[in-house]
Amino acid sequence: MSDDIRFTLDGRAVSAAPDETIWQVARREGIDIPHLCYTPEPGYRADGNCRACMVEIEGERVLAASCIRKPAEGMEVRVSVERAVRARDMVMELLLADQPPTESSHDPSCELWDWAERMDRTGSRFPARQSPSPDLSHTAMAVNLDACIHCTRCVRACREVQVNDVIGMAGRGARNKIVFDFDDPMGESTCVACGECVQACPTGALMPAREVGKEEPAKQVDSVCPYCGVGCQLTFNVKDNRILWVDGRDGPANHGRLCVKGRFGFDYVSHPHRLATPLIRLEGAAKSADIDIDPANPFTHFREATWDEALDRAAEGLARIRDDHGAGALAGFGSAKGSNEEAYLFQKLVRAGFGTNNVDHCTRLCHASSVAALLECIGSGAVTASFNQVEHSDVIIVIGAQPTANHPVAATFFKNAAKRGAKLIVIDPRGSALSRHASHFLQFKPGTDVALLNALMHVIVEDELYDRQYVHAHTEGFEQLKAHLADYSPEEMGPVCGIEPDVLRQVARIYGRAEAAIIFWGMGISQHIHGTDNARCLISLALMAGQVGRPGTGLHPLRGQNNVQGASDAGLIPMMYPDYQRVTDPTLRAQFSEFWSAELDPDAGLTVVEVMNAAHEGKVRGMYIMGENPAMSDPNLTHVREALASLDHLVVQELFLTETAWHADVVLPASAWPEKDGTVTNTNRQVQMGRIALDAPEGVEQDWWIIQEIARRIGLDWNYSGPADVFAEMTGCMPSLDNINWERLRRESAVTYPSTGEDDPGRDVIFEDGYPTPSKRGKLVPAGIVPPDESPDDEFPMVLTTGRMLEHWHTGAMTRRASVLDDLEPEAVAHLAPAELERMAIEPGAPITVETRRGAIALRARADAGVPAGVVFIPFCFAEAASNMLTNPALDPFGKIPEFKYCAARVSAVNAPAEAAE
Amino acid sequence: MALPGGNQAPRHPGRGRRKARYTEKGRQVSPAARDEIRALLGDEPRRPDLLIEHLHRIQDRYGCLSAGHLAALAAEMRLAMAEVYEVATFYAHFDVVMEGESPPPPLTVRVCDSLTCECLGAPALLDALPAAAGEGVRVVRAPCMGRCEEAPVAEVGHRHVTNATVESILACIEGAEHAPVIPSYVDFDAYVAGGGYRVLEECLSGARQVGDVIAALEESGLKGKGGAGFPTGRKWRFVRAEAGPRLMAVNADEGEPGTIKDRVYMETDPHRFLEGSLIAGWAVEAAECYIYLRDEYPGIREILLDEIARLDAAGMTARTRLILRRGAGAYICGEESAMLESIEGKRGEPRHKPPFPSQVGLWGRPTLINNVETLHWVRDILERGPGWFADEGRNGRSGFHSFSVSGRVREPGVKRAPAGITMNELLTEYCGGMAEGHAFRAYLPGGASGGILPASMADLPLDFGTLEAHGCFIGSAAVMVLSDQDDLKAAALNLMRFFEDESCGQCTPCRVGCEKAAVLMSDGRWDVPLLRELSTAMADASICGLGQAAPNPLLSILRYFPEELA
Repeated sequence: MSDDIRFTLDGRAVSAAPDETIWQVARREGIDIPHLCYTPEPGYRADGNCRACMVEIEGERVLAASCIRKPAEGMEVRVSVERAVRARDMVMELLLADQPPTESSHDPSCELWDWAERMDRTGSRFPARQSPSPDLSHTAMAVNLDACIHCTRCVRACREVQVNDVIGMAGRGARNKIVFDFDDPMGESTCVACGECVQACPTGALMPAREVGKEEPAKQVDSVCPYCGVGCQLTFNVKDNRILWVDGRDGPANHGRLCVKGRFGFDYVSHPHRLATPLIRLEGAAKSADIDIDPANPFTHFREATWDEALDRAAEGLARIRDDHGAGALAGFGSAKGSNEEAYLFQKLVRAGFGTNNVDHCTRLCHASSVAALLECIGSGAVTASFNQVEHSDVIIVIGAQPTANHPVAATFFKNAAKRGAKLIVIDPRGSALSRHASHFLQFKPGTDVALLNALMHVIVEDELYDRQYVHAHTEGFEQLKAHLADYSPEEMGPVCGIEPDVLRQVARIYGRAEAAIIFWGMGISQHIHGTDNARCLISLALMAGQVGRPGTGLHPLRGQNNVQGASDAGLIPMMYPDYQRVTDPTLRAQFSEFWSAELDPDAGLTVVEVMNAAHEGKVRGMYIMGENPAMSDPNLTHVREALASLDHLVVQELFLTETAWHADVVLPASAWPEKDGTVTNTNRQVQMGRIALDAPEGVEQDWWIIQEIARRIGLDWNYSGPADVFAEMTGCMPSLDNINWERLRRESAVTYPSTGEDDPGRDVIFEDGYPTPSKRGKLVPAGIVPPDESPDDEFPMVLTTGRMLEHWHTGAMTRRASVLDDLEPEAVAHLAPAELERMAIEPGAPITVETRRGAIALRARADAGVPAGVVFIPFCFAEAASNMLTNPALDPFGKIPEFKYCAARVSAVNAPAEAAE
Repeated sequence: MALPGGNQAPRHPGRGRRKARYTEKGRQVSPAARDEIRALLGDEPRRPDLLIEHLHRIQDRYGCLSAGHLAALAAEMRLAMAEVYEVATFYAHFDVVMEGESPPPPLTVRVCDSLTCECLGAPALLDALPAAAGEGVRVVRAPCMGRCEEAPVAEVGHRHVTNATVESILACIEGAEHAPVIPSYVDFDAYVAGGGYRVLEECLSGARQVGDVIAALEESGLKGKGGAGFPTGRKWRFVRAEAGPRLMAVNADEGEPGTIKDRVYMETDPHRFLEGSLIAGWAVEAAECYIYLRDEYPGIREILLDEIARLDAAGMTARTRLILRRGAGAYICGEESAMLESIEGKRGEPRHKPPFPSQVGLWGRPTLINNVETLHWVRDILERGPGWFADEGRNGRSGFHSFSVSGRVREPGVKRAPAGITMNELLTEYCGGMAEGHAFRAYLPGGASGGILPASMADLPLDFGTLEAHGCFIGSAAVMVLSDQDDLKAAALNLMRFFEDESCGQCTPCRVGCEKAAVLMSDGRWDVPLLRELSTAMADASICGLGQAAPNPLLSILRYFPEELA
């Protein structure tokens, strides 16, 4: 307290912490000073430009902006002195002069009008300026510059908070103007529609489109975003069972930020395709791999049924296969889109009810190899530090990840760190919006990760930049690794990975000499047949440099789905019970057998791709698929769809009639995320509470209830009354959830695990002192170069790589039915380098076909300078041109993850006259 | 869309109302523009602080900043497009041309419309020139060009036409030469021959101690000649006390209307302030000294480029490198913190104080900022002793000022006169009295922002601190003299419009206040109570001196010339 600054505020003795401003102290003291350009929201720098918060300081010639001015010892500050009051009032009068009148205000409840009312300032004596016309070019946001007060909150939102760098303040003086890029229409600019500016604007100059902002929400519900693994907390503004708009909330991961999906991607819940009645396949409705059913009209192949009939039919079919062909003939795919409670119940149903460990989910397709390597090397599959630790990092490696598209809010924190001066090293064959902020961008050859990473480690060993003490105290296998790395000099590996040896040395030295370095990776690392090797290299790199277990350090695989961490933790994987307890361990099996009162399968189950192969071979005959869409998400879709069509009995629980549901015998209409309570666990190990904001459509049931009804019908005596009951049971078999309970989550919205007590928000950084391996040491596992399964040749000369795009989530089932997202990315495109298109004489936008040994799709070409020559990138969200028709199902031997990131392909122009007429 | 073999692709769940973009988001960089920008920049560094310099390169070469070039420049410098655009559109000397717009005509004629030029004939030039000059020539109004002793002034390309008439401007347009005229000046050799750089060498060699140098400046009473009047020696001492590394900047952005003295010193005897700069750089141990020169002085730019190169060659800049930076048409950049922003390659928006530049300046480093004239006198004070400066003065004041006198006087120009001299004395002793046929009515003691005083108050001593009680100040000592033939309300409006044009627009009282005040003052009948209220708020609540002082002329009219409002 001795550092506190003592001063007076309107004669009252007060004190301030060294970083506090006069405004902040005043607020603490209950004195509300008007403010417009200043917002206390996290991440917003005070700018002091609007002058609505002026105060008088004894001895100073002019007034001071309280939002930006810090008090000094002994200062006499006067807020309510007439001079200051009059100045604040005049500022407000000047601003109101140019506002549209209250009655036609774009946002009558905005901060500006709120303050005007509180200051009793109704009109203005000044003549108004010519008001600018609105810009309605963007599908999600309206720009009404007639209401702009030039406070630059949107500029700071766009440039300093989200660092999307689209908005600027152009011109000078009274001709100052908020602009997008070069004063372009917002809809034609580089805007990524994160909506941060809309959330920041205090006047209604930037608003959600279609004037929804003028409506008064009937309720506000705090929840979590259902899209990616970042786990942004948000608030649904709801009226008439409709989400009007969404605000970011100050959650531990997002601090109020959202991206386009989390802000504008929610009207899928009321899309006309939404299923509201259980469906049973029509007698005689054929199944085949190439079936194509209109999701708007399922009745060509299905009929409506009551819940009782549908549940009976669903359960009966599963039970019959179990009884006739054995438990191994059944399999279940749960979903990382569901809650922890749903994931737990689903895997328990398969294990205790079906009697098999054939249960898996899309983690297999994203980070299975990363988890395999992490479990092998450091005994834990989760991140060692939250991504927010970048705040403390001086070196950040982002490898094989496109966070500006796939983890947009996490990317904003990386960009913040880079702007602060941290070195950002981006390693990826594809460029992205992040590359511009990188101190080093290594655009290496696809599939040569191990060569590149071994070369970096070679330099760290050669230059003796490794952390001797850490290696000695906390690792094992260093000598073997060191010997192995001798063959991987930058000079040898440079030509292999396409990066100059000097650059490899430079980057290795930066990492090796860092005070605090953190590594983020994505599916560019994991989705290879050498995905586990790739991850092993990253782990070895961090361990040898001692870059784990301290603030700003760590290993962080950016988890894809909103609940892929939680679903995996809950045991939705074939080789582990909840909390990664191995099913093949007899002791653990006995414990779970007792806990669940059921006989349990002693063998590890089949993984996603293995299940599909087994179905193809007739070994798996019945499946229950909840919220997964393997008919879009799995590699080599023709094969997958044949497998699904060949099943004797398929139960699909879904929001829409997805490509997977086309092959179902029974379709159960599921509830959407805003319609249910439940917890989800994000990439940071933060368990967060989602809450009901909307009533589900009439006829739709809660997913936990549906699982329980199936369970009851196949002989399990379940009697949960809701997700709280399920969570309580989970805490009984998952030590990771110690000190976390439902009530606490309702109260606090988020708790990070591990948490050491009811009052501990949880540990952001773990493994300060060794690892949960038998030896308590981290294992350094050498990795050699394994070439991709299928390399380009004369027939298929290009490399196909697949992934996601900013606006669409995964297979697009939700986002392509979200109107804003559909407007922003309405059709299937393949990304190619502009020079490559020129070489092939293909215009951007021209129809092309992309073929591999497994299939062909037709779509349009997009010129993308981030894509290197010789590569075609296709997002896998487009049903009409499903890139997984093309992908190679070859698996990583450890993680069983398919090689989505590399196969040989051929791109050709289509010269269809029908297209030309379009 | 059809697959090979004629099969239809499966349906998709979107509505498909729209078509996709077939490029990345936003404006794409064309390979041609990229190549042109790369060729133009050559090996120049792509650091963000060089943005304005690079924009000049494009404007000079192509006559404008096309959207295509700006996009290519952004990509080349790894800046966001908005970052480039907002800087390009802040400065008056850049012409941003979007796709589909025509570039400006090849030749631009700028006609000064600041107060002195307005009184001496600029309106007639602006009326007649557009038609007279014809196609291929653009005529624009521009703020003070720093040549008020020869008003009215116009600039054809980069060539200034003084005492301009329509005929002389047309003659210049038709002539081939539109480059600046380089006047004869004391160059490096001549300056050294006259004993120049001896003081600097004494400093560098250790013959003079920093403490002594600063003490001498303090004893002389030299105060900042840019207008703020802060004691120079004390400023050096303050900056020196801050933790290193420290930097230095010279404010050569002489933009206060009526001020011509820095121009005159730089174009006649440039090494005097360069030596002062190097001595200051040595005193505060600045490895770099940025000289921020206004773009209205293209001839001086050429002089300084040549002479700095000669200093470099002579090894005199080994301790403190002199880096010339080019303004781009923005009065506000004469405000020291706005100048720092501009040197960093950004919009010239003044910073909040505290912290002061001496603590947190260029790139966050402690920075010494001095005006050209301030540095111009350093050598003489050190060479001849503090008394040389301090002993001048009149009416109880000490030192001298370089008054830039313009307007209705017989002999306008730079007048080095004792501090404390009165307007009446200055007029009769230095300026030859009023111009033929004019009766002394009023004077502006400190440029556009220093207020207006009536002739009846022309016996006040002119110095820092002597006029504040009267709502005025001398600032950079730009004295504009008005006569019985001048319209004082119109003069006040001219000044308010100048501030409106030159306000950076950052803060409400100045941005909106200047605009509203100008509208209210354009009305024949002024709403005096509202203008008073507005003036108070502008003076109290604006971020920087521009907005704080903008109401001064208006308030002077209300205070000293009530008859004008009748």
